Amino acid sequence: MAILVDRSTRVIVQGITGREGSFHTAQMQAFGTSVVAGVVPGRGGAEALGVPVFDTVADAVERTGADASFIIVPPPFAGDAIMEAAAAGVRLAVCVTEGIPVLDMVRAHAFVEATPMRLIGPNCPGVMTPGQCKIGFIPNHVGRPGRVGVVARSGTLTYEVIQGLSDAGYGESTAVGIGGDPVLGSTFVEILPLFAADPRTEAVVLVGEIGGSDEEAAAAWIRTTGFDKPVVAFISGRTAPPGKRMGHAGAIISGTTGGAQGKVEALRGAGARIAATIEDVVRQVGEALGAAGAAVDR
Amino acid sequence: MKLLEYQAKRRFAAAGIDVPAGRLARTPDEAAAAASELGRVAIKAQVPVGGRGKAGGIALAGSPEEARREAARILAMDIHGYPVRSVWCETGLEIAHELYLGITLDRDRRRLALMLSAAGGMEIERVAAESPEKIAKLWPDAVAGPQAFQVRRLAFAALAQAPELEESRGTLAAALVPVAQSLFRLAVSLDAVTCEINPLALTVAGRLVAADGKLEVDENAEYRHQDLAHELAADLRGEDGRTGDDAFEAEAKRRGLTYVHLPGGDIGCMGNGAGLAMNTLDLIQQAGGRPNNFLDIGGGAGADKVKRSLEMILTDGDVKAVFINIFGGITRGDEVARGIVQARDELGVTVPLVVRMAGTNEQEGRRILGEAGIVPASSAPEAARAVVELVRAGGAG
Repeated sequence: MAILVDRSTRVIVQGITGREGSFHTAQMQAFGTSVVAGVVPGRGGAEALGVPVFDTVADAVERTGADASFIIVPPPFAGDAIMEAAAAGVRLAVCVTEGIPVLDMVRAHAFVEATPMRLIGPNCPGVMTPGQCKIGFIPNHVGRPGRVGVVARSGTLTYEVIQGLSDAGYGESTAVGIGGDPVLGSTFVEILPLFAADPRTEAVVLVGEIGGSDEEAAAAWIRTTGFDKPVVAFISGRTAPPGKRMGHAGAIISGTTGGAQGKVEALRGAGARIAATIEDVVRQVGEALGAAGAAVDR
Repeated sequence: MKLLEYQAKRRFAAAGIDVPAGRLARTPDEAAAAASELGRVAIKAQVPVGGRGKAGGIALAGSPEEARREAARILAMDIHGYPVRSVWCETGLEIAHELYLGITLDRDRRRLALMLSAAGGMEIERVAAESPEKIAKLWPDAVAGPQAFQVRRLAFAALAQAPELEESRGTLAAALVPVAQSLFRLAVSLDAVTCEINPLALTVAGRLVAADGKLEVDENAEYRHQDLAHELAADLRGEDGRTGDDAFEAEAKRRGLTYVHLPGGDIGCMGNGAGLAMNTLDLIQQAGGRPNNFLDIGGGAGADKVKRSLEMILTDGDVKAVFINIFGGITRGDEVARGIVQARDELGVTVPLVVRMAGTNEQEGRRILGEAGIVPASSAPEAARAVVELVRAGGAG
């Protein structure tokens, strides 16, 4: 099993003919993702990367039975593209676009909330279930099917963690990059319950960063639900100065909220193991899995 | 993008919110003219930073001569590094009570929050920390905006904290409805992530007047507000071209690079991806060093971008060594390596470079670096220790 995406996921690509869109669609196909259609308004009837292109997401879903969408369109059109996917009834949308105006996301989020669709992103690297399906641009070669769930705000650190877990032989059940924007479709507390319910996931790595309070919310969720799978947490931005946007629109310490220390303390208080470096993440996962294995006496 | 007070007030006025009569002055003479027209005025420095009152950037003037003198003094000031380019001269208000009305992005709720407090005039962050019960909050629908009954309920909750306003709460709540609705519409139309009236003055005559204003527009939405961006840029840049922003950051922005300057540090940093770049600074500090900057070359950067980034980092002469941390996904190691070698040779770089290279095309990248005499480190913490060691050794020698 896995979370969010697996072998059966049928994916459409909104923005399939763009430079980035076509490149990453080809990468996803090479990974084994079942890409069934593309959507580009005004290009309906054409073909791209071996799949049919439709004018609207609704047409694409109706004709192909797609249940997920990969949204890779420029920022001014992304909020609208997200709402179009939600209205067409797809189960999951992954939006990688960086630089979407935050109020566009506030509106899109309100729209999505009224539908069953789950949104991952924006400004995220996407979702990967190694050996089965990838939506987004996590590099194909880093993943390896395995036992650890990964949920992260930063893209590059997601790759680093996946690579580390793969090289150490633990592998990943599913890795989810939730994104670096202030308004996200899914935050840690919306992904953790999926890992809780997934029997293949034996431990979770949570990669947070400065800004907002999603890590604190995750800590509260772990504490109150009694989440019993080991969590290894890593927080970046300990040296970041207040008031400066550290690359990600969401990575900014404002006033008294968003600092790294508070996040580390909250997670430690919830029983998570705190890693100082990515190498340390992998080492602590090993310890946690060893301990868990011993506890259930396998 | 932070607007100046007078720009915010002009927009408040256009949205139908009452503001004091005022004139912008860029010279002492213009301030004197404003005072002869308006009478007794407050002269306020227009800078995109808080704390100007304490710094001496606000003065009262009872006559045109006094206005000229005070304006001359304030226009010669730098406030927290920002040169004062203009002053806003406005009529004083007879204030009975100071309220706070503001709109801000609430990340947790993924909505805009509308906040009202009877404790106006002080920093709202302080009120929030010390007595959160004094701030009433509402999360209006993003499209419909705040409804009248919602604003009234907000008003009654906020005014319950100020017994002296108990008596007039009905009229006050009714008066707050159009102000709150106008402010919300304004925030949405300007893509504002912060839009504050603090204080919102209740005058002795019973009017609600925006005595000060703060408006911050979302950087991601700047493309929809080019007029504002140009207006602001022109306002902040004087004849000497100084904007008051960190000179290195201003230069980086001009070059199209995502860069944050950390003055006082001596190790230059570069990473691909914001998280990795942030982590690069953390690793240096863990190893006992001081990072000089944050620089994200982004995904898919080619040799040219790497070269421009290295050039930018080295514009600060304090940089004694550079740590380049690459984990290739879309970014290709060989491209980065070529950029590093090319930049070093063309720019005549003399400070040591420490490169950590992993991910896509890492073997090829390492080969290129090795042939050019740059030894790539295998792990990021190891590279961080190496660069800190190099700077220490250099300082000792």
